[in-house]
Amino acid sequence: MSASSIVVMIIGMVLVWGGLAASIFHAVSTGKKKRNSNAANNL
Amino acid sequence: MERSQWGTRAGFIMAAVGSAVGLGNIWRFPYVAYENGGGAFFIPYLFALLTAGIPILILEFTIGHKYRGSAPLSFFRMGGRKLEWLGWWAVFVSFVISVYYAVIIAWAMRYTIFSFNQAWGTDTQDFLFNEFLQLTVSPGQTGGIVWGVFIPLVLVWAITLGILLAGVKKGIEMANRIFIPTLVIIFLAVVIRAITLDGALIGLEAFFQPDFTAIMNPSVWVAAYGHIFFSLSVAFAIMITYSSYLPKKSDITNNAFITGFANSSFELLAGIGIFAALGFMATQQGVAVSEVASAGVGLAFVVFPQIINEFPSFNGLFGFLFFLSLTLAGLTSLMSITETYVAGFTEKFGISRRKAVVFGGGLAALISILFATQGGLFFLDLADYFINQFGVAAVGLVEVVLVVWVFRKADLLKAHANEISDIHLGAWWKVSLGIITPIVLGYMMFGLLKMNILQEFDTETGNYEGYSNMFTLSGGVAVASAAIVFGILFSIAKWHKNQGEYDERS
Repeated sequence: MSASSIVVMIIGMVLVWGGLAASIFHAVSTGKKKRNSNAANNL
Repeated sequence: MERSQWGTRAGFIMAAVGSAVGLGNIWRFPYVAYENGGGAFFIPYLFALLTAGIPILILEFTIGHKYRGSAPLSFFRMGGRKLEWLGWWAVFVSFVISVYYAVIIAWAMRYTIFSFNQAWGTDTQDFLFNEFLQLTVSPGQTGGIVWGVFIPLVLVWAITLGILLAGVKKGIEMANRIFIPTLVIIFLAVVIRAITLDGALIGLEAFFQPDFTAIMNPSVWVAAYGHIFFSLSVAFAIMITYSSYLPKKSDITNNAFITGFANSSFELLAGIGIFAALGFMATQQGVAVSEVASAGVGLAFVVFPQIINEFPSFNGLFGFLFFLSLTLAGLTSLMSITETYVAGFTEKFGISRRKAVVFGGGLAALISILFATQGGLFFLDLADYFINQFGVAAVGLVEVVLVVWVFRKADLLKAHANEISDIHLGAWWKVSLGIITPIVLGYMMFGLLKMNILQEFDTETGNYEGYSNMFTLSGGVAVASAAIVFGILFSIAKWHKNQGEYDERS
């Protein structure tokens, strides 16, 4: 594979799969925060 | 009356992703990207995802969540009968798509079995059209029923309607929680095997080689927007219906980002797997990748069986996994498409879910037999072209124009989404929906209308695929028109007196 193809492939993977990973990570972390604050309120 | 509800956030996301990830991700995206600049296509593609795909997903998720109904009921609550017809139009577009989509899944199901002994032989094209589909009639003629398609078709409908009968949580959510992880694992296995084949790098080079001059061409941008639009199951009434089953406290915007990026992630994976396999085939035959690259039915049912034939080992297993992934991707999409009219009929006429599944789904199943006949492929091809271009795309264009410009609901919906979501919507959302999407979709629709009305296709008749005027009018134009006519007629009918009770469980 040429260098330009490899660079484009890596950038594409980072943007698309990274975008998915970031949005899932955001959902998980905010979900955890909400659960923790609910637990604290119930104490 | 208790409204059905998703059991978990993950359940909703899997169902939405299951709807978006369909046959098009596997057999359409790789070729569209290859034909429109290769690696450089990522630029217009990502731009389209962020300025059209995800904004429209957020719009539909918000409409469904705020108005808590199927597409017709949500639009009715938003703007009365002046908007309700739009919901029904989308529902009837989905109805038409479901009747032929089920048949393609039936083919994939049958090919899953054929894979074990490569029953398609060496001439895969002859096998598909002459032996399997028995396509011996002219376009517009039905011929007899093809039992080899009819039997798996019955199975496809039995699975789909059985899942829908079980309800939202125990049926759709449960099925997607099983099907989606299975699909991802199976497809990963297919891709890993494909990229380890001889010549895979040649295929990947063809797929990723960037042609940056292509992105100066407006048609490449239209292709990117068109693909994102068709790929995400927007303007099908699906996402409105699915989000109406969310609990009150649900994050709308991040769910849309996850759904949009998950769909794109799967198609990127598909692009890698498909082109690695095409590179292998080109190497085996000593030809360029451009000579074997294709899309759609030809790619899945002609080219892929050839690739499987040339496999060094475990041909049957690779074929089985590939066609099983097509079947699973199709089934999760079909159940979402069918749910749109099940929900719509239930709420409009106050009938039970069971009756709506039996009568709505049953009618669709009955009509789909037309596509299991000897001439079925011609009907399918024409209906698919017209209902996608003048159904889905037209609904999407009318939806954004009416909601943003005519009924001016964008600010209200933005406030609703921001109130419950972690990621707040800014000006980009309104600009994307109100300006970018209508301009691109309007430009696309104008080009399509011009091409069809002036008969500018490069074919003998000037019509799509060279079909006759009579067949184009009766099998394509009439079908697309019927969706909007039925939409208007259903919006005239009175709502079931207790429709206001179709609300969420508190």
